[in-house]
Amino acid sequence: MKISQLSTFIENRSGRLRAACEALAASGINIHTLCLADSRDFGILRLIVADPLAGKAALEAAGYVAQLTDVLAVEVADSAGGLARVLATTDEAGLDIEYMYAFSTAPGQQAVVIIRFSDPDRALAELQRRGLNVVEPVKLLQG
Amino acid sequence: MLRENWNDAGPGFHPVSSSDYLPAAQLRDLQLRRLKSIVGRAYAHVPLFRERMDARGLTPASIESLADLGRLPFTVKADLRDTYPFGLFASPMSEIVRLHASSGTTGKPIVVAYTAEDIQVWSSVMLRTFAAAGISRGDIVQNAFGYGLFTGGLGAHYGLEAIGATVVPVSGGNTDRQVMLLRDFRVNAICATPSYFLHLIERAAELGIDLRDLPLRAGVFGAEPWTPEMRQRIEADAGIKAFDIYGLSEIIGPGVASECSAQSGLHVFEDHFYPEIIDPETGAVLPDGEEGELVLTTLSKRAMPMIRYRTRDITRLVAEPCACGRTLRRMERVGRRSDDMMIIHGINVFPSQIEAALLAVEGALPHYRIVLRREHGLDQMHVEIEVSPEFFSDRIGAMEELRRRIAHSIHNVTGLNVAVRLAEPHSLPRSEGKAKRVWDERQDSQ
Ligand SMILES: [Zn+2]
Repeated sequence: MKISQLSTFIENRSGRLRAACEALAASGINIHTLCLADSRDFGILRLIVADPLAGKAALEAAGYVAQLTDVLAVEVADSAGGLARVLATTDEAGLDIEYMYAFSTAPGQQAVVIIRFSDPDRALAELQRRGLNVVEPVKLLQG
Repeated sequence: MLRENWNDAGPGFHPVSSSDYLPAAQLRDLQLRRLKSIVGRAYAHVPLFRERMDARGLTPASIESLADLGRLPFTVKADLRDTYPFGLFASPMSEIVRLHASSGTTGKPIVVAYTAEDIQVWSSVMLRTFAAAGISRGDIVQNAFGYGLFTGGLGAHYGLEAIGATVVPVSGGNTDRQVMLLRDFRVNAICATPSYFLHLIERAAELGIDLRDLPLRAGVFGAEPWTPEMRQRIEADAGIKAFDIYGLSEIIGPGVASECSAQSGLHVFEDHFYPEIIDPETGAVLPDGEEGELVLTTLSKRAMPMIRYRTRDITRLVAEPCACGRTLRRMERVGRRSDDMMIIHGINVFPSQIEAALLAVEGALPHYRIVLRREHGLDQMHVEIEVSPEFFSDRIGAMEELRRRIAHSIHNVTGLNVAVRLAEPHSLPRSEGKAKRVWDERQDSQ
């Protein structure tokens, strides 16, 4: 299953990241994990939240530009070479990765990475066919 | 109904439109008679005009033909400031019924005056403006030009009442209320600055209202230069026909020139305002068709005659007949002012060029501003652009590519390397009246 990721444009100015998080908090949107990619004077905040549609609305109401994109949550063996094996699989399948980041997990839980593929539908089919565990949103976001 | 006391064009005129369709010879004859009279009035009552004419050995009798106008000295904005507040008035205060003034962003404001006859002329040219835009009795018109010292609000207001339309005098600002009134009053036409109306379209969309679904069919836009692309966007996004009008307080306010249904240049109400085009460097008068600075002479203004006023607006006059049948010469849409020109590394740049470059990339004009700074002793132009939903991507590479394409497009149009910064929506300053596009911080950042 694909996961809907919320992303928003943040200027490199003090307080802007905080204001975005506060806008989500004010609407009761819980952030499960996030990744901030930045260039010299702007950043893109990518978020996995419990309710992406409500999160998008909350950010837009606060004046941000926001977008939903499909990403995959892929389980990674929590041992040496775990991530390398996932990447070897995506290479074999000829899948283009735009970017990836780790999903925060508690100690003892299975490690998960969030991957933004150029073609999420094809990626989902290929990864499942090749035996990788693509985590369901419900399972990922529970608790 | 309107009483056009000033219409001495002969018998058989229709009060709304006669002056728009005068045969050329009759129009020139009328202009010359009025020119002689106004020069006489200015000479008799305004010391500045008399001193300048005396210095050149000219008297009102020197005006024997329209071409003789070229012998008279120019008037410039500084003359209004130097004679602040009432030094250019040709009527005693007992005959002056209205004062307007500019907002005065730099130094003293400029003050302009009207007699009762002037107000009537103003109403009549604004009536002709709205008639040319197809507005008539029975239409509900929302007037979003600012009321007050600015001439836009009251100028449009009087013209709308003269034509018999229903005016909603909402003035500028309070965009949410503007949107509500447009919808609830089933407004047919709106007057606004083009940049404010674009802001209004944006806000209406945020409120879930598509202006194309409303009865709104026409917009009368002025008070600032705008681009053909802005017009296309306004017409497409609001589902209206957008008319360009032109005017300036020093001459009368709005009502100097306006577009007709042909939307191909603005007919100058030259029975009241005589236009010339000059070379802004040499002051030489240029023939019709050549581009230069617009110079206007008021032909019937009583309280404050203006002789050869340099508008700083760059345009050209078109003498060819218009499809609408009006015989008044047209001026091309003013896309730039000689005042707006920025000089960067010796290259002349106009905000309209930056807009064209942005449109070439995004297909629509984003909210943007230009900031000029001096960095390490060199002038640098910064262009700041708000990221719109259509151009936002979650990929850094895509956003950097957008920035690169914009910089490249600006370079193509202007030859300049500019610093492009992407900004969050609603983060750049907005003006509710005239759009301010250029922030020149070169004095502050030596
Ligand atoms: Zn016409």
